[in-house]
Amino acid sequence: MNFTAGIDIGSTYSKAVILGPDGRISARAMLNTGFRLAEAAKSVYQSALAQCGLTESDVAYVASTGFGRYQVPFRDVQVTDITAQARGARYFFPATRTVLDVGGQTMKASRLDDRGKVWSFRVNDKCAAGTGAFLEKTARYMGYGTEQIGALTSTSTTPVTISSVCAVFAESEVINHISEGQTPADIMQGAIVSLADRALQSMKRVKMEPEFTLLGGILRFGTMGDVLRKRLGSSVNVPDDDLAQYSAALGAALLARQRLDKVGAREAALTAV
Amino acid sequence: MSYAAGVDVGSTQTKAIVIDENGAIVGRALIDTGANVVSAAEKAFDLALEPNSITEEEVGHVVGTGYGRFRVTFGNSQVTEISCHARGAARMFPGTQTVLDMGGQDTKAIRVTPSGEVLDFCMNDKCAAGTGRFLQAAAFALGIPLGELGDTALRAEKPVPITTTCTVFAESEVLSWLGRGKKIEDILMGVHRSIAQRSIALLRRVGIAEQITFTGGVTKNIAVVEVLNKMLSTRLNVSPDSHFMGALGAALFALDHIAASNRPVAQGGSRA
Repeated sequence: MNFTAGIDIGSTYSKAVILGPDGRISARAMLNTGFRLAEAAKSVYQSALAQCGLTESDVAYVASTGFGRYQVPFRDVQVTDITAQARGARYFFPATRTVLDVGGQTMKASRLDDRGKVWSFRVNDKCAAGTGAFLEKTARYMGYGTEQIGALTSTSTTPVTISSVCAVFAESEVINHISEGQTPADIMQGAIVSLADRALQSMKRVKMEPEFTLLGGILRFGTMGDVLRKRLGSSVNVPDDDLAQYSAALGAALLARQRLDKVGAREAALTAV
Repeated sequence: MSYAAGVDVGSTQTKAIVIDENGAIVGRALIDTGANVVSAAEKAFDLALEPNSITEEEVGHVVGTGYGRFRVTFGNSQVTEISCHARGAARMFPGTQTVLDMGGQDTKAIRVTPSGEVLDFCMNDKCAAGTGRFLQAAAFALGIPLGELGDTALRAEKPVPITTTCTVFAESEVLSWLGRGKKIEDILMGVHRSIAQRSIALLRRVGIAEQITFTGGVTKNIAVVEVLNKMLSTRLNVSPDSHFMGALGAALFALDHIAASNRPVAQGGSRA
């Protein structure tokens, strides 16, 4: 059968999406990447296949993406996360012109042309500032886990200004704020505001234009979208539920479908001759 | 007998030095800074007075330095740690031309005059890469006490290259090498080389000179010293008191104050 799959091996989570011949999502799965990338790729793929009752033989084309895209042994092709995210963003929001992707260790902003092709992009490469790691560390310094960030920020009243850029130096700053009597909720919210400000700088660098689509694991915390909406003074697109985390895997599966159709057309042309 | 003292409140540890009128060290103390910076400064000072039962009244002047220098509530004045490391290094190793100070959260390269005045300096400000924190993160990731890092690294046979800059990313890189079956000592040597390379880049910016004095808490790490010696083809000036260099410099500045206040007021002088 003509299913395709996208496998996104991110720094923190690995995601798999199975796309049906009708272009609809048949299944999606996610698990911690850990340090054995090839194994993570296999398990997340199997888990997605099991969900929709398929086997590997039902999938005609697999595209991998994410920082671990070369560690997916069963891939047919690999695509960059920028390309995959652009495709995923346009699937959910066809008028997307600017994509912001904030993941566990990445922050990427890209500008698309009117046909959805990537026109320019910016990525953090050397530094964890502006990525999920910044939030994760801030939460950890206060004794909270990543999954508690959303609930924590919902009680914030006046966010604290966080001035450190470095995720490591944020620790001393958090300790100072705590000792001055600030609440963890306001400090956490302050960290999200500082992250949003850094994201905004990256978006400016790529000459952002509406519509804005926000993707990546950090968008599962609603506050990130809220802060950016306010800062941009514009509406922003965020995929429903947890789909913001799957957009790169989905984009890869869409690109796999495109490849498959191209290959099919070429073979058809050959047999016609 | 009058004494002078320097208290260096660093991001990670607080150091105190007491010197006599001749500038000889008569007491030293080292404690973790922790969350309460003010009490860390007080405690370190008290501990440094203890060995010779010196009373606070006998200390004519106290200079605070380090990032927490304004929290040294009993300090008479403050001097930046850059000036203090330069001064201390020139005193302990006359002939010092460049100082490399590696602390818990910052690394500085300082060009100094023979008398210990600062000519030029350069430091990391926004980023923890190439500081003691980088080593701390690796120690944490590998589950090795900080004090054993250097010795472990020196057992390396095939060092692994650590290519990430960011301390956060390095933690993941260390774990991924571990996942690929590399030996802890080989990974650690890679970490030490990486931190050495970054500090050499800082040194280059102020100019690498013949006589380099190594100061700060990272001097305790024998592998960093050895790797730097090899990469720079030199022998860094290091002493067991290198960790106290900032506090020593501060104490020497304190001694200047005492000497100045004892000196008869110059003609036309307006000093009180």
